[in-house]
Amino acid sequence: MIEFQAVTKKYPDGTVAVDSLDLAVEAGQITVFVGPSGCGKTTSLRMINRMIDPTSGTILLDGKDIRESDPPLLRRGIGYVIQHAGLFPHRTVLDNVATVPLLIGKSRREARARATELLELVGLPVEFGKRYPAQLSGGQQQRVGVARALAADPPVLLMDEPFSAVDPIVRDDLQQQLLRLQSELDKTIVFVTHDIDEAIKLGDRVAVFRVGGRLAQFATPSELLAKPADDFVSSFVGRDRGYRALGFLTASGVPIGPLATVRTGTSAGAARAALSGGWAVVVDESNRPLGWVSADQLSSVDTADTLGAGQLVSGGSLYEVDGDSSGTAGSLRNALDSALSSPAGLGIAVDGAGAVAGGVQADAVLAALAEARRSGQVPA
Amino acid sequence: MNVDWPWPWLGRNLDKIAEATGEHLFLALLPVLVGLVVSLPLGWAASRWPAVRLVLVPLAGVLYTIPSLALITLVPLIMGTKIIDPLNVQVPLAIYTIALLVRSVTDALLAVPGDVLAAANAVGFRPTKRFVAVELPLAIPVIVAGLRVATVSAMSLTSVGALIGIGGLGSLITEGFKRNNAVEMVVAIALILVIALVIDALLLFVGRMITPWTRARQGASK
Repeated sequence: MIEFQAVTKKYPDGTVAVDSLDLAVEAGQITVFVGPSGCGKTTSLRMINRMIDPTSGTILLDGKDIRESDPPLLRRGIGYVIQHAGLFPHRTVLDNVATVPLLIGKSRREARARATELLELVGLPVEFGKRYPAQLSGGQQQRVGVARALAADPPVLLMDEPFSAVDPIVRDDLQQQLLRLQSELDKTIVFVTHDIDEAIKLGDRVAVFRVGGRLAQFATPSELLAKPADDFVSSFVGRDRGYRALGFLTASGVPIGPLATVRTGTSAGAARAALSGGWAVVVDESNRPLGWVSADQLSSVDTADTLGAGQLVSGGSLYEVDGDSSGTAGSLRNALDSALSSPAGLGIAVDGAGAVAGGVQADAVLAALAEARRSGQVPA
Repeated sequence: MNVDWPWPWLGRNLDKIAEATGEHLFLALLPVLVGLVVSLPLGWAASRWPAVRLVLVPLAGVLYTIPSLALITLVPLIMGTKIIDPLNVQVPLAIYTIALLVRSVTDALLAVPGDVLAAANAVGFRPTKRFVAVELPLAIPVIVAGLRVATVSAMSLTSVGALIGIGGLGSLITEGFKRNNAVEMVVAIALILVIALVIDALLLFVGRMITPWTRARQGASK
């Protein structure tokens, strides 16, 4: 556990970067520090491994004052990942990852063996070990950065805006990977970002900082969205926080209704008869949805013709009924989005195998939300 | 001009030429080596403390502008060395090397990216280890570039020492001039040029060998 006790950082020019911060980072969790630039989130992070020393106050790491530790030794026990990965350009990927094991006195062979394991863990081909960082893409470099931070198996991992310099798709990949790694490794992770969506996605707990280095709120993501402490937090959390809060509620209470389906290859006449409310979902042999077909489209097709790709309207998002509860799959947000994004106004619910399970209506989602409120699942 | 045609003169004087070449190399290269060794800590200090940089870098610039002949004649006066002591040439050459390299080393160390340094601190390098394992290797390409300039100019400046009687191949030039021996002069000049080019190429090659990552960039995949 990492404890900040009345920690203040004041610079000689009078700027207060962090203003009497009291906060406890739980072991084995991802704690996210989020806030606008100049809010002291990075300064707070860097005080944990003594890259910056506080002006006053105490930081305890597992109950021990970090001021009693020699900074280089302290840092070898704390993984650190920075924005542009900060890899050593003159060392191969493998030697980059092997850095800390070598510093703590492992033999070159042991260190390289460990580094190879880590490349696999972060999803990089082992052959990449021989390359230099400049031969890797930004996302790959960032993975190496994570591998390097984990190499000595430190209990604590500090991540300073690690994913902010990569494009959104790669960022999403890296975020998923971090969650997967964390579910295996149970590290104590402190993660700094300016992106509230990233904070909500990754954090077990989120600390929102305001300019001037003051902690505005420290709560779970769902609490943050449901009960922002003040106007600053609510405006920082964003306009569609009500919608995003749905992501933390399971859609298990949402009734699944019937959904008209037509097998691909059916004749247009048979399809026309199967429509319900002017729409039907076209499915493949395994009952997986391919798209929608409407009365409008079928009216221009000869009755005897079979349904082809030309008649399909691409569907909206899918909502997985028995979804993985750790992700956003199977949340009220997914259910509502599937209904809202469907051309027919009816969301497609699928089972774990991707086969159509039924239809979801937006009204039903809202009714489930009202029920969740009544039963106290939503913090009021 | 009384021209002693090349082959007989060359044949008679191979030993003399070899000796002058050896002397030339000793006079030129030792000061470059000493200059490099002195420049590293100076450049490190200058890159680390702005106050040191503010003094050292302009001072190096001023030193480099002192005419070589003036420096070579001043050294015996200041150091009290005998007039034919090789140090009279080597000390000025070392000074020129330092003047060139302090700048190179400082610039090279300052050019090491901040996030790389932050990462080095964050993984737990101590300052000396960080300098040896991270900063110095990354500074090599710029330092080698400076070293090449310093070596080549040392090769040519050494000849000036002939004017005070210490010159390696330079003494063949002055001797050839006095004896109206054009061949002796041409041979000496050509040798200085060739040796300078060979050493320059050698440094370029060694520099590339010890910095394989600088070539890796070309194969970068995005």
